[in-house]
Amino acid sequence: MSSTEATPLHVRSDEPGQPVINDFSIQVATVNGSGSQTANTVLMRSLFQMGIPVSGKNLFPSNIAGLPTWFTIRASKHGWIGRKKEIDFLVAMNPESAREDVMDLDPGAAVVYDEPLKLDALRSDLHFYPVPFDKLVAPVCPEARLRKLVRNMIYDGVVAQLLSIEMPEIRAALVKQFGPRKAKAAELNWGAVQAGFDFAARNFTKTDPFRVERMNANEGKIIIDGNAACALGAVFAGVTVVTWYPITPSSSLVEALIGYLRRLRIDKETGKATFAVVQAEDELAAIGMVLGAGWAGARSMTATSGPGISLMAEFTGLGYYVEVPAVIFDVQRVGPSTGLPTRTAQGDILSTAVLSHGDTKHPLLLPSSPEECFTMAQTAFDLAEEFQTPVFVMTDLDLGMNNWLSDAFPYPDQPIRRGKVLTAADLERLGGFARYKDVDGDGVGYRTLPGTDHPAAGYFTRGSGHNEKAQYTERPADYVQNVDRLARKFESIRARAPRPEVVLNPNASIGIICYGTSRYAAEESRDQLRREYGLQTSYLRLKAFPFTRELRDFVERHARVYLVEQNRDAQMAALMRMELDPTLTGKLRSVRHYGGLPIDARTVTDEVLSQEGL
Amino acid sequence: MSTTASPPKKVNRIGLEVVSYKGARTTLCAGCGHNAISERIVECFYEMGVQPWRVAKLSGIGCSSKSPAYFLGLAHGFNAVHGRAPSVGTGALLANRNLVGLTVTGDGDTASIGLGQFSHMLRRNIPMIYIIEDNGVYGLTKGQFSATADLGSKLKTGVVNDLPAMDMCLLAIELGATLVARSFSGDKRQFQAILKTAIAHQGLAIIDVISPCVTFNDHEGSTKSYSYVKDHDEPLHELDFVPAYQDISVEIPEGEAREVTLHDGSRIILKKLGHDYDPTDKMLAIQTLHEASGKGQIVTGILYLATGRPTFIDLLNLVDEPLATLPEERVRPPKAALDDLMAELR
Repeated sequence: MSSTEATPLHVRSDEPGQPVINDFSIQVATVNGSGSQTANTVLMRSLFQMGIPVSGKNLFPSNIAGLPTWFTIRASKHGWIGRKKEIDFLVAMNPESAREDVMDLDPGAAVVYDEPLKLDALRSDLHFYPVPFDKLVAPVCPEARLRKLVRNMIYDGVVAQLLSIEMPEIRAALVKQFGPRKAKAAELNWGAVQAGFDFAARNFTKTDPFRVERMNANEGKIIIDGNAACALGAVFAGVTVVTWYPITPSSSLVEALIGYLRRLRIDKETGKATFAVVQAEDELAAIGMVLGAGWAGARSMTATSGPGISLMAEFTGLGYYVEVPAVIFDVQRVGPSTGLPTRTAQGDILSTAVLSHGDTKHPLLLPSSPEECFTMAQTAFDLAEEFQTPVFVMTDLDLGMNNWLSDAFPYPDQPIRRGKVLTAADLERLGGFARYKDVDGDGVGYRTLPGTDHPAAGYFTRGSGHNEKAQYTERPADYVQNVDRLARKFESIRARAPRPEVVLNPNASIGIICYGTSRYAAEESRDQLRREYGLQTSYLRLKAFPFTRELRDFVERHARVYLVEQNRDAQMAALMRMELDPTLTGKLRSVRHYGGLPIDARTVTDEVLSQEGL
Repeated sequence: MSTTASPPKKVNRIGLEVVSYKGARTTLCAGCGHNAISERIVECFYEMGVQPWRVAKLSGIGCSSKSPAYFLGLAHGFNAVHGRAPSVGTGALLANRNLVGLTVTGDGDTASIGLGQFSHMLRRNIPMIYIIEDNGVYGLTKGQFSATADLGSKLKTGVVNDLPAMDMCLLAIELGATLVARSFSGDKRQFQAILKTAIAHQGLAIIDVISPCVTFNDHEGSTKSYSYVKDHDEPLHELDFVPAYQDISVEIPEGEAREVTLHDGSRIILKKLGHDYDPTDKMLAIQTLHEASGKGQIVTGILYLATGRPTFIDLLNLVDEPLATLPEERVRPPKAALDDLMAELR
């Protein structure tokens, strides 16, 4: 490793005294259950409407009311939408966390706070803006019981005034948020926004450097969370059977799906549903129903998180071995057991890739954005049916439950691929079939669906040893032949797996590999490494397991590769050690982040520099 | 000119011979009650004229769950994981509502490892036939007590069961099955009538069949042995079943029998034995089961029957065609729908 010390080329973009425009983070600290979600969404949306790249992250406890919760909004003229480690602008509404929130800030940050908290006494290197929220809310909200909810809208007005957010955009966001049915509530809240704005205009002299300016970066973009995007993908993939057991952070995926299905998939003439949704008694039943439905020919899916994946392990092995299509969305969260159920991680990668007992392995799709949630959901159903096997879509809480700026989703340009299914007419022509015979050399046999109107259609699906004709056998040669064919099938899947995104830098000797939501920190970190330290890097973002040859080529051409992921034990690196040549695995380095917050660029940059000895 | 053609082969009303309903040769022990049940399934599905390839056979793990290989060889079968046939069956029936669901499992599957799935299948009134081949013992793992073993019953090894038995019929009545029956694998005639009723029934039919294990639990001291059941079987009624397609009049002596019409038009005739039993009376069914178990008796017959309750498929308001084979234009919304959604999210 190089021993030359790298000189930072650029440390902070905000020189003292200069305004910092469209490049900062806002954190709102509230108590959960206080209705702050609306105020935060309106704030985020108003920036979006002003054409500024923006992201919002909700950091919340596993609780319904009374515990601290934070919402961070990042505006970035460069388009960085990962989490920013430093908070530039704090709105402190929660007495419980206010002191710690203020003490954690870097010098120069701004603080809007509830006046009675007297936070300005804590530090002298911050910009303080005290607001008497209770005094302001009373005149705009005569009904005392609503004040707790309306109160939060006041900070939207204060922040708008201090950051130069255009008030008509706040109003437009507010109207959109409440919708036409709640116009009265929207007016009440608008009064609170105005009260905040007027108070700030009358009482504050702005001393901090942060402000926004209209841009035009969001043309054609949408705001959506990853769970809703997965749900939409499933709808346009033609899903017909959905089963689930509620678990954070996947519940909103199925809830969104139910909403879309009711809207789009009720037969207009008969009023009947072209889908079935079942809230199962547990995850074991949920995956059992998915397999039963997949066996009988439905496009079936479930959504869960880590604990649910564990419960689905036995059935997943059966699905692999009896070769039944299934799609499982895993919205990953932190930890074994309950862990940190409202915090994000990429911690199920290794266990899911080889889920179950015996020799099993499963394709994983790795979406990193709402758009990929939408397209990969469709890919997952196609792969599951073409290869007659369970397919996992690995998202995480950060992607699933936060709102993201996204390109609008493209309408599918390919027909639905249902795989090798023999009809009664096929059977009439062929005279019969052998369920597990590798007719085409790709490891994938032909199947029939229960209910096919032909005497030769039936076969016995069993988890016990079976031969090509699906008959019971314990002969070693039959067993080996069967599982070797399954291994061949996995190679066929590899040939169809989504290819990684690769950016080769001819001047780079090191590469950065990432997947899923780790991409945002990884991409921004590459920019930091280049701008601040003159360190060039190449880039590869995985979209699927099994890996494709692009990964091997990438590792081969670099001296060292840094794999960025959000778990303790470098799980994806472990999978690479299983699949890559041993001469290459020595080049693998690992950057890990696993505290439950989404990974940020600075963490990646610091870790790469440290391991490079810079 | 006469031909010497062999006599016409005997076929059922859809033109199939009984051989079309048979399965592979059984590998269970000779004399196992499960084999008798398999034979009745072959007979009843043949006589009722059900297309065998429209049947989805489901099972879990154990001796009983091996048996679907031994009947209806032309049907589709799915040997699921231990205790989880109900969820697989539920999924299959959601995918294709035209399938005839037939689950055959045991007391280990149903009363222990799969109790959760069994209970929720009952709540949902999944339209299928669920046969419990009940011998009170784990046969395939060589003779451990199951949760339906009676209190005080003895294993061959001398081990005594000191936990109370679970009565799957009581549970089934309580949690929502719409046909609940108990029978004995050795009572050919009664089990046939019950099974045919179950085939005609539109809803979940639970049939708990006492099916003695000749290897591990057919000895003195076992309450699930042939001799015990023969001595303690208390039939509620003599049963006759008249399928909807049979338009024959049956003489029912007044005051001696009760007739119940099923949803598909079939009728069951319950001939009075010692007492007048009304299977549509839920409380009576529960009371009868409790009283019998108090006396060490096994009541057999149709214990409970509720017609007209919606099945899970009805509640989901599914289209008439199987979901599995709906064409693309019915399951993928048009581009305009996506455009509208995108506009709303801007």
